[in-house]
Amino acid sequence: MKDPAVGSSAFGGAGAVKALLREIGDEAAKLARPVTFMEVCGTHTHTIGAAGLRTLLPERIRLVSGPGCPVCVTPVGYLDQAEALAEAPDIVLCTFGDLFRVPSSRGSLEQLAARGKDVRIVYSPRDALELARHEPERRVVFLSIGFETTTPTVAAAVQEAETSGTENFLILPGNKTVPEALHALAADPQVALDGLLLPGHVSVVTGADAFGFLPEQYGLPAVVAGFTPTDVLQSVLELVRQQAEGRPALVNRYRRVVSAGGNRRAQALVGEIFEPTDARWRGLGTIPGSGLRLRSHVAARDASALPADVPEPVEPAGCRCGDVLKGLIDPPQCGLFGRGCDPDHPVGACMVSSEGSCAAWFRHERHRLGAGADG
Amino acid sequence: MCLAIPMKLISRTGDAGVVELKGVERKVSLMLFPDAELGQHLLIHAGYAIGSVDEEEAAETVRLLEEMTEAEERMGLRNVADGAPDGTPDGPATGPGPSGQAGPAGPAR
Repeated sequence: MKDPAVGSSAFGGAGAVKALLREIGDEAAKLARPVTFMEVCGTHTHTIGAAGLRTLLPERIRLVSGPGCPVCVTPVGYLDQAEALAEAPDIVLCTFGDLFRVPSSRGSLEQLAARGKDVRIVYSPRDALELARHEPERRVVFLSIGFETTTPTVAAAVQEAETSGTENFLILPGNKTVPEALHALAADPQVALDGLLLPGHVSVVTGADAFGFLPEQYGLPAVVAGFTPTDVLQSVLELVRQQAEGRPALVNRYRRVVSAGGNRRAQALVGEIFEPTDARWRGLGTIPGSGLRLRSHVAARDASALPADVPEPVEPAGCRCGDVLKGLIDPPQCGLFGRGCDPDHPVGACMVSSEGSCAAWFRHERHRLGAGADG
Repeated sequence: MCLAIPMKLISRTGDAGVVELKGVERKVSLMLFPDAELGQHLLIHAGYAIGSVDEEEAAETVRLLEEMTEAEERMGLRNVADGAPDGTPDGPATGPGPSGQAGPAGPAR
């Protein structure tokens, strides 16, 4: 079997991978029924695809991708609002590059920039803050999306803006929290998960303990996983074992990076700047307490409160991004996959972001698919 | 998403740090990880250090990032939005976003 990336991985090469696969096979044979595990993080999706792990694992173990790509779960209405804001001549939009090509109801940020509106790709919210300092006559709106890894950097930039009195630095809040989304998925009978691979670098900030509710409330095995193929397989082995033995638990298999309590400083700063609010997720709908809005003392920096002519959001026709994000279908089961939707001409967000499930499948797993999806 | 890049802290003044990977230096804020020590490999995300890793872990993560970049290049997935590294690490027009940054290893998700 072809497994190009597996052999070259550090922390255990091809031999370790083969031994792990054997062990997983032995454990899987003990299972009463096939199981479905969800990897929540887009980087895990990449590792699994690049190393061909889906084909190497026993058939009784299905790996599905979850809502772990912030660009993908950002609803169309967020982009529509950003575009509407850009109509004001003194507004500059600053965005992470991921969001640039994502289709909105009427176009995309890329198309907006092509029409001459001021949209800039930044590497850090600090770059947007710096721009605001240099151009005090303009309002700089940072498009703030991301999970726990990213949110503290925005909180820090807002704090710096407060300290330096940079009043023309605003954000359009779109940050989301992973544990609340996993609550929703774990409680959804349609999704029917048997265990979760938890995101590595999100957990650097939240700490592994933030996910203790998965085994405690839902009886779901949960493992914080690193990013190498060996990491992923060790974590899958842990999940299968827990299922086979009927003892769900939270296990941190990424202790070399992730602590139990996480980055307390980052958590505290996020708590000073933001407060929880309900948020809409593409595919998952509105999840209580899964979003973040600016607290009242910094509410003047909230660009969502600015007047803007926002159209009724229109999701791309035929796009099943939502079902992909819930793990209900694999990307090739969408009628558009490879037939009008590909990374060069993406219809939905999951094909735009390179960490989106559709892009990862298109890149790595097309060889397993039928002729129709080879487009 | 949410991949941070390990880079080595080579100097700091208060919360302003300079990190390095493969000869490319970048200014970062240590505001979220004030205990950072010189020589430590820090996890850098969107211009901020959020944690640290040991040397072996740093090397492995960088290797993974390079592999992802190569995969994207092979597929022709890289585009203007991915912000190819342009040698101006602190310029506002580099880097992809919350999923990772355009470090010296290239756009990394």
